[in-house]
Amino acid sequence: MPILSAFLVITLLALALGFGLAVADKKLKIEKDPRLEELESIMPGANCGGCGFAGCAAYAEAVYSKTAEPGHCAPGGAALARRMGEIMGVSVADVKEKVAYVHCNAHCEDKVKAYDYQGITDCNAASILFKGDNVCKYGCLGCLSCAAVCPEAAISKSSEGIVSVDPDKCIGCAKCIKACPNGVISLIDKDSPYAIGCNSKDKGPSVTKACSKGCIGCRICEVKFPESGIKIVDNLPIFNPSEPHGQIAEAAAKCPKGVILKR
Amino acid sequence: MSYIAILLTYVFINNFILVQFMGLCPFIGVSKNNETAIGMGVALTFVTGVSSIACWVVYYGLLMPFNLTYLRTVVFILVIAALVQLVEMIIKKMSPALYKALGIYLPLITTNCIVLGIAIINIDKGYNLLECFASGIAAGLGFTLAIILMSNIREKIDLNPVRKSFQGVPIAFISASLMALAFMAFDKSLLANLHLV
Repeated sequence: MPILSAFLVITLLALALGFGLAVADKKLKIEKDPRLEELESIMPGANCGGCGFAGCAAYAEAVYSKTAEPGHCAPGGAALARRMGEIMGVSVADVKEKVAYVHCNAHCEDKVKAYDYQGITDCNAASILFKGDNVCKYGCLGCLSCAAVCPEAAISKSSEGIVSVDPDKCIGCAKCIKACPNGVISLIDKDSPYAIGCNSKDKGPSVTKACSKGCIGCRICEVKFPESGIKIVDNLPIFNPSEPHGQIAEAAAKCPKGVILKR
Repeated sequence: MSYIAILLTYVFINNFILVQFMGLCPFIGVSKNNETAIGMGVALTFVTGVSSIACWVVYYGLLMPFNLTYLRTVVFILVIAALVQLVEMIIKKMSPALYKALGIYLPLITTNCIVLGIAIINIDKGYNLLECFASGIAAGLGFTLAIILMSNIREKIDLNPVRKSFQGVPIAFISASLMALAFMAFDKSLLANLHLV
């Protein structure tokens, strides 16, 4: 008999507690907007943080609460931006897919060395000593700190020492841009036909002393080919593919240093 | 026993962490920085307080009449688990901010043996309902005190050179044992000297 009462009491207590919790769950249910759930479900889930939010869910919530606009998600690209716009009922301007690009086209032998760096293979470590071992203080140090943080393993170094980003693998999360001490990487349009292979803001004579492939700021591209879509800012050509750029091929051919590169 | 005596007993003299060595898991696991330590302490204090009352009611209302007091461990765990679930739901509904701040700690508390320990001690000592509540809160406060002290010490240790073999948990255990030694200074004569017994 005692075993029966023990069994009954425990069972009834467990049932009562379980029933209570079930009722509480119904009563205290939090209504979640289906639009928010849909937004969260279409996110790429890379959680790269490239949009400036803590993760995919945080960005979806920001878009839902209208504190952020669709289109900041680089991995999702234009297709995601359009779908987010459809869900939220807002129109979204076409978003260009962006990829990272290393603006330094100098081979190892093109760069003049200031000293012989023998420290650990890390760009930030190399950068502490006089901003790296190159005379040029704007170029790629070649230690692949950017490749170390790349979530998609899109960055590689060629046998000539040129660090490049594979545009098909790159998701545009911009982590490499933060990792680079010299600021030689930036985001460019994925379908941009040309890109600039130099980052030096120095004037012509000092660039010539530092590197045989550096832009000397001669302005041939800008002045002789006004339809090339190139503007010189801080002794550097800036190529904007959304402007008319019918003469870009001629400008690239006429560049004395070969800085305007076909992609 | 007066309420002040109960408070002193479970915060200092019989501190669960540093004297009775119960519920050490979060004490080591969640004491890496000050903020989470305070969050854990407050959450646990809340749960010990509420569950002490619930367990007292179940014990004297259900187990005593049916002569089933030997089942108290099983029943208390059942009650505490359900209670923590309910508390979690209520906090989620009422204050999402607090729910986010407490995070994983709330469900973790279900299995913390301080909560079960204080419920059983309450019955063993024969406390009444209010004394029960006081001892529950005091047990939580004692835990909060210990984990805040510990997190402050660990934040300081992190900035100091420690031998590689002692880094992390080992040095934390050594610090904890030294704190436990210090807490031996509190004993029952404290209550006698304060004329509380």
